Amino acid sequence: MSQKGSKGSIQDLFGKLVRKQIFIPIAALFFLLLFNLIFDPGFFVITLGTNSAGDPVLSGNLITVINMGSELAILAIGMTFVTAASGGQDISVGAAIAIAGSTLLRVLCGTNTRPAVGELRTSILVAFIISCLVAMAFGAFNGMLVAIFKIQPMVATLILYTAGRSIAAWINNNELPIISDPEFGYFGGFIPGIPVPTPVFIAVACMIVAGLVLKFTNLGLYSQAVGINESSSRLNGLNPVFIKWLTFVILGLCVAVAALIKVSRLSSINYSVIAKDIEMDAILAVALGGNALSGGKFNLWASIVGAYVIQLLTTTLFKYEVPSDALPAYKAVVVIILVVFSAPTVREKIGNLKKKTVKREVA
Amino acid sequence: MSKKIRNMTDSNLLLAITVIVFVLMYVGAIIFQGKGFTKPQTFFNILNANAGLIILACAESLVMITGGIDISVGGMTALVSMSCAVYLDYHNGNVPVSMLIALLIGLAYGLVQGYLVAYLDIQPFIVSLAGMFFARGMTTIVNSDPFNVANESFVALKLARINVPGMGSVNKKGVYVNAYVEIGVIVALLVVILMFMMLRWTKLGRSFYAVGGNRQSALMLGINVKRTKFLSHLICSVLAGIGGYVYFLHVGSGAVTNGQGAEMNAIASSIIGGTMLTGGVGNIIGTLIGVLSLATIQNIVATAGLGEAWWTGITIAGMLCVFLVIQSVLMARKKKLMKK
Repeated sequence: MSQKGSKGSIQDLFGKLVRKQIFIPIAALFFLLLFNLIFDPGFFVITLGTNSAGDPVLSGNLITVINMGSELAILAIGMTFVTAASGGQDISVGAAIAIAGSTLLRVLCGTNTRPAVGELRTSILVAFIISCLVAMAFGAFNGMLVAIFKIQPMVATLILYTAGRSIAAWINNNELPIISDPEFGYFGGFIPGIPVPTPVFIAVACMIVAGLVLKFTNLGLYSQAVGINESSSRLNGLNPVFIKWLTFVILGLCVAVAALIKVSRLSSINYSVIAKDIEMDAILAVALGGNALSGGKFNLWASIVGAYVIQLLTTTLFKYEVPSDALPAYKAVVVIILVVFSAPTVREKIGNLKKKTVKREVA
Repeated sequence: MSKKIRNMTDSNLLLAITVIVFVLMYVGAIIFQGKGFTKPQTFFNILNANAGLIILACAESLVMITGGIDISVGGMTALVSMSCAVYLDYHNGNVPVSMLIALLIGLAYGLVQGYLVAYLDIQPFIVSLAGMFFARGMTTIVNSDPFNVANESFVALKLARINVPGMGSVNKKGVYVNAYVEIGVIVALLVVILMFMMLRWTKLGRSFYAVGGNRQSALMLGINVKRTKFLSHLICSVLAGIGGYVYFLHVGSGAVTNGQGAEMNAIASSIIGGTMLTGGVGNIIGTLIGVLSLATIQNIVATAGLGEAWWTGITIAGMLCVFLVIQSVLMARKKKLMKK
């Protein structure tokens, strides 16, 4: 070993780093930040201003990224569990957000769609708990189809994807309630006196909870086991049906939290537009995190970093005045490059190429 | 009777269920909705409006039979219609070249997606997801404002009607009106017939089923699995290009929102028509009936005074749910039989 010298050990270290799963999203993050640094250092400027209510708020592109990326990061947590355990993805999260948000508004407003300040029917907490229950019930429905009826997750969730926004409109009789209470806007905006956007705190809280769950329960281990080999995990005494079902319920909870933020940002809802295409971004976040979309081993933190990478990409593209409808084309190119390089056959080929060059050097 | 049912293959059983449901639904519509549905033209209108979707659903069925999935067909519809619309109107193009553009877009899509799925072994869902993103984004880049195509020869083709003899009806003024179909319907029916014959009687068609049913045994039978997968995606995308053009011919406008949700409707029709997601089971005739069932539901909802738009989504989802559960029960039964 000693002959190798310092150069070798650095290479070893680098090799170890590259092999780490979280390396891919972090590298993408750095690449995007570097791109911005080179072409417009103004991207990193953060200013402390005041909003219309006269409270101090931070603003700047980086703040936008961590603010707007919160919902995606929260969804990425749930989506990672679902992907790991069931080997498929839930494509109904956007529609489920519409349902949860609609429930939230319905409970708060009742039939009066324009409640005056202080005229809300219940406290926001109660409404949030009810919307959590509803979202978890829909998650349980998806989970039932996947776990018990053994339908491919993407197709099982196609049902809710088709019906979700219609159900959301039905809950509120197709009315669009608007809440004028300032407290309701805190969850998606700023709490007076705190300059950091509230969604950031909510996202961090979700990450801490997820981290604690991974640390103190066997959920992570079990969902990996089920994802890798369902029959052998059953032979080892696990209950694959329950674990798959549970991951969908957890995703439902994540959906409810994301819905609270989304609805609070507008203090209203638009059933056909709210959280549109967010399911694709959430799946992309999981894929970007280097997690196998066919299930099995996962790294939650890589998914979360992946979510922020996507938001950074979106914000960067917006900055260069790409219209929001054209964004998907650029994202598609990024996705294709990513999946091509992470495809096993391509990796093998690259590996072979490396070996060949090394052999030549030796010769 | 019960023995007969037990001896039925999954494919036939699923098809039978679909046909029964469709007939029941149509008869129900005639009984409860009154006159509208007794007129043949109502049925032809369903065909006219859904000719594009029929082709897209056939394309989807082919990929699903081979064990894959393609969710880019809706996005391709938008891309094809927008590109052709821009070419026809802004560049004074002619109709045959615009058809060629549609075919070329389909071919390019098929080559790329097929290569990625078959030879690089990337999940078809992810590949076609990117394909969908790309198509939707490109549509906006090509042109973002919706507009109606005013090109004369195109409009003439769009308005061309083929009368169906003996199916007309007398309207309120007492004048006999011929029943008609649009050109797109003829194309769609041709595609259905060709696909049906290809899947049933050609070596290639049978190899799609073999690969979808069991990849390993298909390999042992000497089928080139990768090439078969590649071809399924290639044909699917080319068909999606044609379907996109037929859709464009019906709506006559280029818009970013064209074909919104068409991929989900195509997948739903295939499933309702008895194509199994796990691959290896499916029937093009079933797919055709699946599309018609879906369209009939939409028509019933629209005419039943359930004006609220949400009922369409909820009924389609409910139907999808029922058929998926039936499929899942069938699979469980098959597994049990295999164990015995």
